[in-house]
Amino acid sequence: MRSRILSVTAAVLALGITAACGGGESDSGGAQSATGPIKVWLSNNPEEIAWGKAMVSEWNSANPEEKVTAQEIPAGKTSEEVIGAAITAGNAPCLVFNTSPAAVPQFQKQGGLVALDDFSGATDYIETRSGDVADQYQSPDGKFYQMPWKQNPVMIFYNKDLFKKAGIDPENPPLKTYDEFLATSKKIVDSKAAQAAIWPAPSSEFFQSWFDFYPLYAAESGGKQTIEDGKATFDDPAGKDVWNFWAQMYENGYAQKEKYNGDSFADQKAAMAVVGPWAIAVYGEDVNWGVVPVPTKDGKEASEINTFTDAKNIGLYSACKNQQTAWNVLKFATSEDQDGKLLEKTGQMPIRADLPTTYADYFASHPEYKTFADQAARTVEVPNVPNSVEIWQEIRDSYSSSVIFGKTPVDEAISEAASKADDLAAQS
Amino acid sequence: MSRTVERTLGRQPLGIVFAAPYAIFLAAVFAYPLGLAVWMSFHDYFFTAPGAQVDRPFVGLDNYASVLKDPAVRRSFLNVAEFLLINVPLTVVLSLVLATALNSVARFRTFLRVAYYVPYVTASVALVSVWLFLFSRSGMVNQILGPLAPDPSWLVNSALAMPVIALFVTWKQLGFSILLYLAALQNVPKDLYESAAVDGATRVKAFWNVTVPGVRSATTLVVILATITGANLFTEPYLLTNGGGPDGASASPVFVMYQKGIEQGSPDTAAAIGVMLVILVLMIALVSRKTLERD
Repeated sequence: MRSRILSVTAAVLALGITAACGGGESDSGGAQSATGPIKVWLSNNPEEIAWGKAMVSEWNSANPEEKVTAQEIPAGKTSEEVIGAAITAGNAPCLVFNTSPAAVPQFQKQGGLVALDDFSGATDYIETRSGDVADQYQSPDGKFYQMPWKQNPVMIFYNKDLFKKAGIDPENPPLKTYDEFLATSKKIVDSKAAQAAIWPAPSSEFFQSWFDFYPLYAAESGGKQTIEDGKATFDDPAGKDVWNFWAQMYENGYAQKEKYNGDSFADQKAAMAVVGPWAIAVYGEDVNWGVVPVPTKDGKEASEINTFTDAKNIGLYSACKNQQTAWNVLKFATSEDQDGKLLEKTGQMPIRADLPTTYADYFASHPEYKTFADQAARTVEVPNVPNSVEIWQEIRDSYSSSVIFGKTPVDEAISEAASKADDLAAQS
Repeated sequence: MSRTVERTLGRQPLGIVFAAPYAIFLAAVFAYPLGLAVWMSFHDYFFTAPGAQVDRPFVGLDNYASVLKDPAVRRSFLNVAEFLLINVPLTVVLSLVLATALNSVARFRTFLRVAYYVPYVTASVALVSVWLFLFSRSGMVNQILGPLAPDPSWLVNSALAMPVIALFVTWKQLGFSILLYLAALQNVPKDLYESAAVDGATRVKAFWNVTVPGVRSATTLVVILATITGANLFTEPYLLTNGGGPDGASASPVFVMYQKGIEQGSPDTAAAIGVMLVILVLMIALVSRKTLERD
């Protein structure tokens, strides 16, 4: 009996292994020039959905033969996981208006993305619209697998009421240099104005470094990416200064080591937050806020400070049967008119070279967004390199160990992370 | 002819028809994924779009070598070993003691049985939220402990994070183990207790010399199930300690598989971790069975 069970098990396992050896072989030939109905996915925040639905409605009125159906990205822990699964299953939509630049190398490797350069005039369109910034979105093979769309340049939001309570001038808070930032943080915590001066998520997700380490590194290094020319850059004085700065914030209890279950800034548990312009709509009416650029060691002028883009782009996916329509919709959705509507509805900054002048009227009537628009001209994207997510996870793990939990000396941890990043970036 | 048929299909060929649906289910849901995982672990594999043409070369034991060299993977196996060392004995002892107590309780028996079973059938996500309120820095436990509260607090303390998770899982799974023991207790002959009482055995001695040997087969089952469930630990490090924190102290092999396979697009190395985990769990289950069922 036992031998029969064993042989049946072995046979079934062999069946599994044999079946596993197969692979998908279909081809999407002909899809590139095809037109017709398409599906698109939108991010699931209310402002973007409102913009997306209006944009789709406008397109459908003018192009009834090429109808666009829009829906929110299906629920998942992150959009990237959902999109990755859809690519593998072959049911990704034509366009996703929420494609993270960090996930693009992986999606590209999966064969899930269409190179936009294959469409007539696409490269010119992208480079003209976004200017030099577009270079950051080119893949190592020189092609664009993503349309640079919109960014949320990261800055420091602060609660003026809590600053006042802590005895800090709310109109000109000393937050330019690391020393000033630490002294201001000390006042906030010592005065018990808030439990933490600032509360970046101390959790281990690979993307959390984009909201503590990376903006400050972009500022301190004068706009360097973490990987340049296939080599890690951050094991340099600027990187070490940033890690040491945050290490002091955690060591002194100005930033908390335990994740806050909620919105620490909205709940006034933290007096500052690392945010993009979306925060104006979110906190605008409930918090008496101010905004400043991220700090640098010696206090650079705002006009010299770079930060992280926190961009979301548009990907055209290879499962799309009517790719020409998808490209046309993509151009329509990133036209000057639609970008203006996106800005109006969401406050997020279209990645356009001439943003402040193109929408001068908007910024005149919404001066609170002007600071972010100025900052939008000096932003740094995540590097477009192989194993991007794995590299960010290595950075996060080393950062957690040394900066947040103080287990490893900063110099040792940052060197180790850089060495691993070098190895990973060198792999194809 | 009929002998050949009988040799091939057995004495009751109709039985195959009845067994087929479950056999197909097993093949599709367990055997195929397991076979695919084993195959992936020996190849350079990543998920691709259906039309993509990619090479998936055989790489031998490279994926295994790479995960064994990875300190995060090694640590995750040590973490789960720590978890199992706390969780499995605690589950066995508590569920046996509580089942024995519940078996002899006359009043509120149903209420108490349901009360122990509720955490088992409640979604982990909901329970984790409650435990976050209990064990966070400003949570109820620390407020009760006052100056005795650990620093760093429970969930961000490298030494305490995994024990808290083990405690949580023990509490959550306890109801099921109690149910198994309650069923087993019904099969312990009452006259053995009477004989023990006649021989002058105290209740503790009767428990030790009658109940414990009497439910040995249930103990084997509880140990094996607790080991398998524990080795698959994912939700708690994912939610309770925010992704295996602090600093990887509560990362489990399944959590690292999720990071590598889903987030980082390396299902081949994730599969290698999975295969190693399956082998380890099988070994533990085998040793447990041999040890516990020994007369």
